[in-house]
Amino acid sequence: MSSVTPSLVIKELAKDLGPVPALDNRMLRVLESVSLKAYPGQVTTLLGANGAGKSTTLACAQGLLRPEGGTVELLGQDPYGDNPELRSRVGVMLQDGGLPPSMRPVPLLRHVASLYQNPIDIDALIKRLDLESFGTRTIRRLSGGQKQRVALAIALAGDPEVVFLDEPSAGLDPQSRQVVFDLIAELRDAGKAIILTTHLMDDAQRLSDYVYIIDKGCTVAQGTVAELTDRAAEDQDARPISFAAQPGLSLPEPPAGLYLSETSAGEYRLDGVSSPEHLHWLTSWWLQECILPSRLNLQSRSLEDVFLEFAQKEEHA
Amino acid sequence: MSQQAVANNAVSPFKRILTQGKYESLQMLSNGEQLILAVVMPLIALFVLTLTNLLDDVAERSIDAAVPGVLALCVISTAFTGQGIGTGFDRRYGVLKMFSTTPLGKTGLIFGKVIAVLTVLVIQVVLITVVALFMGWHPNLWGIAPGILFLLLGAAAFTSLGLLIAGTVRPEATLAITNLAWILLAGAGGVLYPPSMAPAWIQPTLNALPSAALGDAMREALISGHFSIAGLVFLVLWSAAGSFAAIKLFKWN
Repeated sequence: MSSVTPSLVIKELAKDLGPVPALDNRMLRVLESVSLKAYPGQVTTLLGANGAGKSTTLACAQGLLRPEGGTVELLGQDPYGDNPELRSRVGVMLQDGGLPPSMRPVPLLRHVASLYQNPIDIDALIKRLDLESFGTRTIRRLSGGQKQRVALAIALAGDPEVVFLDEPSAGLDPQSRQVVFDLIAELRDAGKAIILTTHLMDDAQRLSDYVYIIDKGCTVAQGTVAELTDRAAEDQDARPISFAAQPGLSLPEPPAGLYLSETSAGEYRLDGVSSPEHLHWLTSWWLQECILPSRLNLQSRSLEDVFLEFAQKEEHA
Repeated sequence: MSQQAVANNAVSPFKRILTQGKYESLQMLSNGEQLILAVVMPLIALFVLTLTNLLDDVAERSIDAAVPGVLALCVISTAFTGQGIGTGFDRRYGVLKMFSTTPLGKTGLIFGKVIAVLTVLVIQVVLITVVALFMGWHPNLWGIAPGILFLLLGAAAFTSLGLLIAGTVRPEATLAITNLAWILLAGAGGVLYPPSMAPAWIQPTLNALPSAALGDAMREALISGHFSIAGLVFLVLWSAAGSFAAIKLFKWN
């Protein structure tokens, strides 16, 4: 990875917003120290709760906001200010869309595409995102998911090298979500650098090559999804086992530190497993009662577990 | 691979601005409320001022007295009120932000809006001129070139003032301020009739307004064939002050 030049490099980014009336019109520091890199051919995800600083980080990276501290290099250049050459290589999907309500989607998309020398194949994109199915309506009459699809199409109109997607799956129905996910995967395979924000853990886990967890304006963790979840598992002294068997089993009293329960009909869960002796206790009970589970799972940590652990650490700090 | 070596994918600045100008013009012309303000209201003003004796002291024939002020009103309708309201709501919906992430950038956006203002203004001027000629208007031919210059200077001054308001207050406030200003300027701002017809105590204030500078300069040009130096100075000063304030204070988000 180190031999590939990153498309985006952010170092110790700091940003104030305001003035905020609730703070006696003082400025609010929304970014303290965010650092990240995004590479071509990768989906880099900024994960964080609402208000963590993800969108502000993206706005600084896109050159829409001037940071108070730190540096941003987008394709080797400072993105702040008018720089048509740089902007022609970058596509941006804004969280609020930025779509003129009185326009129809397809003419708007064709207009934006006409600002580029070599735009993407607009007809193919329209078909792919099924924009014609609501093409006769003005943008103000579209659903949230339809507006998301238009905003995504606009971000891709110039066939950019770097694509910023702010909450790309918000408001999408499952079918549209799949279309958008497939498109993002294709863009990554085509060598684009994709930087997206989301607060949806499933999306992040499914799409990301590399994840930065942002909390209270700081980068608090980073790594691939596997690295983050494995690291959390190593740190963890106990993990749950779930299994499926005949419903309504009479549950024995487990040893100290373990907790056995039937979570739903025929679904069982043993919490607190931290040694081979605990597994031995479980299998001994199965042998004694002639139980053969139809499914057995030693659960791994999800990205959501990792994120929640970081959030809890921050709360306790 | 050196990413800096990749070719620029933007079309030329000229083509970008023209493309955006066409887009903005169509947006303006497809808006019913703006058409009422840009075309219907000036035509009503033309008929009322021509068919009454309100401007008897300004020129020998009422149509000759009315047309210069109506043309000045067209500038205020389009460059100030129409463009201000459009920009204010573009700002609210994030449209300015979206376009500034494209190769157009902020500069291209502003130029696009200027082209739209000029396009709509040309349509207004042609329409009012044709109607006025049918109604018997005889403009002073020596005043046509200065008149065009003053229309352009007025467009510059009022576009910058419209952008200043649209870029600093909420769109609802922009709507209220620019519509109210249109009514006040049309009714008592020295646009449709000279400030000299107003009470003496308010004349110094009216004379300092860009609306009066534009209205008077248009009347001097198209009625008498004179070039108004005072009009030139006032409109240039208002354009410079408005542009400076808009550049300094305009908030894109």
